[in-house]
Amino acid sequence: MSTSIDKDILSGIEAHLESAYPNEACGFLLGTQVQKKRDITHLIKVDNQSSENQRRRFVIDPLDYLKAERFATKEGLTLLGIYHSHPDHPAIPSVHDLEFAQPFFSYFIHTISEGKMTDTRSYRLLDGKFIEEKFTSNQYPLPSHNSQLTPHD
Amino acid sequence: MITIFIPTPLRRFAAEQAKVSVNAKNVAEAIKSLTSIHPSLTPYIYDEGELIRKHVRIYLGEDDIREKEGINTLLKEGDELSIIPAIAGGTH
Repeated sequence: MSTSIDKDILSGIEAHLESAYPNEACGFLLGTQVQKKRDITHLIKVDNQSSENQRRRFVIDPLDYLKAERFATKEGLTLLGIYHSHPDHPAIPSVHDLEFAQPFFSYFIHTISEGKMTDTRSYRLLDGKFIEEKFTSNQYPLPSHNSQLTPHD
Repeated sequence: MITIFIPTPLRRFAAEQAKVSVNAKNVAEAIKSLTSIHPSLTPYIYDEGELIRKHVRIYLGEDDIREKEGINTLLKEGDELSIIPAIAGGTH
């Protein structure tokens, strides 16, 4: 499996998550998957609907989920994953992230430190556990210190 | 027929289909029919007590069935149900 994310999508995520800081923010990732090659080319920003502390929790409205699926169908895309921020915390899945994790999806988690995105990592659910997945981007320099990221030429 | 929308993460358990048609009088029958056709979906929809899982939402059109009659919500020809995974998380 290889996963790539367009530079404009990463920039869009960065702007969204930084603007929401210190709260968590979230959205959908869409694109195409052909056999084992996954390309993320679109994002859909959604409101964090958590009624708990939004600095530590995010919830996506089921109707927003349905709209994202319908948009994907209409545009000939596939809903490939979810992105969300961890304000002032590592880009590592929490027990809460795991509790709600779905198979198939890429879960992009972004550290926002003092208002700036400093790390980006992606995970997939495998046998009930999160496994970090490598991904590439055509963005250079990458907005992350994640050594597993490899920019395209 | 009732159409049931399958969310992307669960399509691998439904022969990669986005929609499945079933005959059913209410939501409970529709979901049972769905899992009879695609048994691999069962653990993603029902919990050990054979209740709809806590983190699965079922919508009739734009309405959460929990705000109607739950799984006893009556269906009519042409209705569309959607299975929606709850999407949430956060830091510690």
